[in-house]
Amino acid sequence: MSPRRGLRPSLAILALVLGLLAPAGASAVLPDEVLDDPVLEGRARDLSQLIRCLVCQNESIDTSNADLARELRILVRERLTAGDSDQEVLDFLVARYGDFVLLRPRMTPGNYLLWFGPAALLLAGLAGVVLYFRRRRSSAVDGLSAEEEARVARLIGQDPDAE
Amino acid sequence: MPRRALYLLPLLLFAVIAGYFLWGLASDRNPNLVPSALIDKPAPAFDLPPLEGLDRPGLATADLQNGEVALVNFFASWCLPCRAEHPLLMDLAESGGVRVLGIAYRDKPEDARRWLGQYGNPYERVGVDDRGRTSIDFGVSGVPETFVIDRGGRIRYQHIGPLMASDIEDKIVPLIESLSE
Repeated sequence: MSPRRGLRPSLAILALVLGLLAPAGASAVLPDEVLDDPVLEGRARDLSQLIRCLVCQNESIDTSNADLARELRILVRERLTAGDSDQEVLDFLVARYGDFVLLRPRMTPGNYLLWFGPAALLLAGLAGVVLYFRRRRSSAVDGLSAEEEARVARLIGQDPDAE
Repeated sequence: MPRRALYLLPLLLFAVIAGYFLWGLASDRNPNLVPSALIDKPAPAFDLPPLEGLDRPGLATADLQNGEVALVNFFASWCLPCRAEHPLLMDLAESGGVRVLGIAYRDKPEDARRWLGQYGNPYERVGVDDRGRTSIDFGVSGVPETFVIDRGGRIRYQHIGPLMASDIEDKIVPLIESLSE
């Protein structure tokens, strides 16, 4: 076995770890947008990932290069600097663009189906499987009755009492 | 009988889901349409400067609250669909049935001015929104977008994308007529 082959698994693990540690998407935040206060900037980054860019609709404003996304990133930072809570910033945007601007749907009665629908379907499926197996077990027979034994023997041409 | 009805449940579920998918595939559905959050709400507060060198005043919230129905159109010289809807706005302005107001979205003043010089200016007033902040307050996600504002300054309709002749005939004009009564 060559030493090269021995190295491979560790390299693979290193690549995997690096890959998992890397951010999921590269940020589009430009240096001139970044706030001096690291805490506020951190909140801005977290919030930006929850806000949909309305130009390239399945991207967050954190990763989008669109002009509108840039202006929204600056707006989020301005509002945070002015003392808004995270929720107030999101409410500000929802008031203008509706729930659609949120990448994570809110927990409102209208969205319950969205949040709990898949879990409810899974539970219903599990309940169905459990019911099915229970019913099958209860109707299973322990063995053949004497009458059935006799009938089987007759059908395969052997008389159990003959021998 | 109830037991047998239970067997129809998966079929029923399938029908519901398939129906939903069919609706999603419907050719007249535009998945890019963002449902408007500002319908029946007062137009946002704004005060935009005029376009330099154009003989029209700027645009502010007060201009939407003077008891007349208004059409507010967001446009830009760099926007090709705006060019497509432009003749319809010219016609609408000429018809005199509604005040046509413009907001120049993220445009250079000289470009916007040249554009209006070349294709005609349907706008009674033009406000310049150079950073797009007023557009954000209107919930605009791109140009062109068109709003119908009632006499009290409330947003009654938001049209996303270029206006077609059919939009004007079927939606805009009837709405303006009913709001003007």
